[in-house]
Amino acid sequence: MSKIHVTTTVNGDEVEFLADPRESLLDCLRDHLGLTGSKEGCGTGDCGACSVTLDGTLVCSCLVLGVEAEGRRVATIEGMAEGNALHPLQRKFLEHAALQCGFCTPGILVAAKALLEKNPDPTETEVRYWLAGNLCRCTGYDKIIRAVLDAAAEMRQEAA
Amino acid sequence: MAKDELSEFHLVGTRPLRPDGLDKVTGRARYGADVSMPGMLWGAVVRSPHAHARIVRIDASKAEALPGVKAVVTRADFPEGLTGENWNLQENTMAGERALYDGHAVAAVAATSALRAQEAARLIEVEYEVLPHVIDVDDAIRPDAPVIREGAADATVPEGSPPNVARYIEFGHGDTEAGFAKADLVRARSYKTEATHQGYIEPHACLGQLGADGKGEMWVCTQGQWFIRQMCSSVLGLEAAQLRVTPSEIGGGFGGKTTIFMEPLSLALSRKAGGRPVKIVMTRSEVLRATGPTASASMDVKIGMTKDGMITAADAEFRMQGGAFPGAPVDMALYCAFAPYKLPASRHVGYDVLANRPKCAAYRAPGSPMGAFAVESLIDEMCRELGLDPLDVRLKNAVKEGDRASYGPTFGSIGLVETLEAVKSHPNLELPLGPNQGRGIASGYWFNHSGETSVSLAISEDGTVQVSVGTPDIGGSRASIALMTAETLGIAYEDVRVNVVETGALGVNEPTHGSRATFASGKAAVIAARRAIAEMCRRAAAEWGIDAEAVEWANGAAQPAGPNAGKFPPMGIEEIAAKMGSTGGPISGHHESVPEGVGASFGCHVVDVEVDPETGRTTILRYLVVQDAGRAIHPSYVEGQFQGGAAQGIGWALNEAYVYGQDGRLQNAVFLDYRVPVASDLPMIDTQIVEVPNPGHPFGVRGVGETGITPPLPAIANAIEAAAGVRMRSLPMSPPKVLAAIKAAREG
Amino acid sequence: MVTVNLWSSLERFTGGQTAVEIEAETVAGVLDGLKAAYPGLAPILDTGVSVVIDGEVATGRHASVADAGEVFLMQRMKGG
Repeated sequence: MSKIHVTTTVNGDEVEFLADPRESLLDCLRDHLGLTGSKEGCGTGDCGACSVTLDGTLVCSCLVLGVEAEGRRVATIEGMAEGNALHPLQRKFLEHAALQCGFCTPGILVAAKALLEKNPDPTETEVRYWLAGNLCRCTGYDKIIRAVLDAAAEMRQEAA
Repeated sequence: MAKDELSEFHLVGTRPLRPDGLDKVTGRARYGADVSMPGMLWGAVVRSPHAHARIVRIDASKAEALPGVKAVVTRADFPEGLTGENWNLQENTMAGERALYDGHAVAAVAATSALRAQEAARLIEVEYEVLPHVIDVDDAIRPDAPVIREGAADATVPEGSPPNVARYIEFGHGDTEAGFAKADLVRARSYKTEATHQGYIEPHACLGQLGADGKGEMWVCTQGQWFIRQMCSSVLGLEAAQLRVTPSEIGGGFGGKTTIFMEPLSLALSRKAGGRPVKIVMTRSEVLRATGPTASASMDVKIGMTKDGMITAADAEFRMQGGAFPGAPVDMALYCAFAPYKLPASRHVGYDVLANRPKCAAYRAPGSPMGAFAVESLIDEMCRELGLDPLDVRLKNAVKEGDRASYGPTFGSIGLVETLEAVKSHPNLELPLGPNQGRGIASGYWFNHSGETSVSLAISEDGTVQVSVGTPDIGGSRASIALMTAETLGIAYEDVRVNVVETGALGVNEPTHGSRATFASGKAAVIAARRAIAEMCRRAAAEWGIDAEAVEWANGAAQPAGPNAGKFPPMGIEEIAAKMGSTGGPISGHHESVPEGVGASFGCHVVDVEVDPETGRTTILRYLVVQDAGRAIHPSYVEGQFQGGAAQGIGWALNEAYVYGQDGRLQNAVFLDYRVPVASDLPMIDTQIVEVPNPGHPFGVRGVGETGITPPLPAIANAIEAAAGVRMRSLPMSPPKVLAAIKAAREG
Repeated sequence: MVTVNLWSSLERFTGGQTAVEIEAETVAGVLDGLKAAYPGLAPILDTGVSVVIDGEVATGRHASVADAGEVFLMQRMKGG
């Protein structure tokens, strides 16, 4: 099967790759662009470990074809910090010990960032339902939810 | 002065950021599937669609003709003549004469891309002769059940036992009949638990390379790189030292990554493909169909109790299937089931039964959750019948130091009573409950484990310290080991770097399992640090021209031990390190042992639930974990273990189960259908760390990883009875089952 | 002499005894002594067992049982 040339923007950088039309965006990010921060936990859109945003919309990159990224803007975990300055969510995840194995962490951070951009002051229940598509098997979610709420509070304070 | 003689610590018990945290929040941390190599091929595995079938013929000619396909392997590529568990591992890695479960590997292929490998796998033709199969443990133990493997029974199995019984155990003490005769209430009940999966979010992944010279390397997500080395070497007939295994960061394990699955296939494919490295990444469906679920269990329990709540005797018969191979943790289940209770008389019987399911792997406190589900449920039911407080009854019968354990030996220092007292005074117990709401409590136990441990510590030129450990960091153990090392050396936490190293860098280490990493690697790191301290004291003594015995170590520096030793200002670790090249060479400390003094951990959980009488759905309103940690080195990660264990137990109790069709195929091999708890299923999980220090560890550590998965199963069953008046004796307690029980009770 | 407590289903190899006296100084001596006295136990002991001395799982074959208050044989312990 011949490959398709794709030009897209990832974390602000224009990139090109050749995609087999059967490959997912996740495959392309990981295997063609070397962006292995997004993870495959299921390949069926159930676990959220591959969460990225596509033109600002939160998606499971395992359910998007690589060729669909043509001309779009993709944002992944690798673009979340600005240089060495961590996003408040990343900092709060460290402070709250909100990760154990860390495998679900990139997807949860990307998903939580998308939440806070839509809703800067979510309730605990809103955070829980927003993140219900991101499985974590280690933490029982407690410290993750606390970290997201704490990051939201800090970001509101900074914005004020 | 040894730090364990101090009552106050500088670092132990604090909550610094974990050293590997930055990599893990930025996506830089490299897990099993994240590494590629020059010349790399991709592997794919052909798996049996049948629960039980004879393999008549494998024809790979079409696959081999596909451009880009570099190697195909079947069982014919593995050495013959293995015995015991090595044979089991080899047979599970790649089926021989018969496929023994849905998902059993029968062939594997390597090609130049992942898609090409998958295409090739589909072109491998396997002809099967389907055989009768058996899935349920109670069916599998019948005398007329389809026989999984002739001659699988070991020497423990009495003659005349049913053909699928692979192991048998019986133990006990005292006169149970006399005990039951003394009881005011005797109740006997039967319970069932379904198989569940560890459910780590990272699927198994490895990148293996093996040359014709027998030298190889592997990058792999595993709980134990030496186990991978030993098992791959055994299965493939390699020399262990010729295989270097490097552990990736690991995306969860919970016991399921303490063994091999497709790892030998990547090596076998690589060797056949001229030594090119081969990467194999499992799909989620492969993980669920072919990697370690836990056992399923069918259990009969009988307990005698006086009207004031004293247990007089107990009898348990457990039957467990752990797939098509021996190894269901029926012994551990029996050992743990009554561990929180002082029993005047007991009898325990266990059967390890074969069935056409994947080979079970360890899952967090293997066996303990099933046994607790049966025993803790029945104790609660009897307390209810006798009008007794279930917590008081647990306190009344609680084992203490010096008591005989239900499984025989005498307990050393344990913290069950302290744990139960902490529960009793917890404010959650005073909170009011509404209609359709109920509260349940249950205890849990895990022995904890030590195991082969090797740690090496080296002082750098600037006085900072590196520690090489062999136990992969699954949940913050780098942080806890760095804290203990820095505490021992009297230096800053940030000045210690803990590295999880490959098999070529240390002696043999058992995996991070059995709740052992912080206990065993931590204890070894402390001893290694003390050895480095002794050497640093010798270097300082030589500089000062005094006896080494006249030097002691305090606050990160050597100093004269007293006025008679002479007057010298303290010589700090930086100064000693800077000079070490000219004072005798590198300074390091090592420790290799099977550390003694592992401390057991008891826990007690309290759960409040609401049961919807119209749907049977159970909502967890509130959850409390109280557990003895001995000493919490990094309390956040201890809490994390408590919370994570509870969440897995909640999933096991309410939703998770392997669902098989009549054809013996697994029907829910995706996360959509194998329903692990999601964020919206759970409340915050309250924790209270009890600290009854373990005398066997320099800082008092007890492993905390496993006990927490045990109490949720019975605690939730007990809460459901309190909320809805129905007693659930089989898992999962899913809405349809609870609703059916509610309807039956209404009609009853 | 040390008294070794066995799990009870092993009694069919020991003439009905669940506690047997073995002349031994170490864990290795216990295991070898058991095999010599009761050959039927050999395959079970060779598969791997845990020897628990005064409530502690012995960490090696050379661990002393000379001063042991109690010695129990258990199925091999491991963890997840």
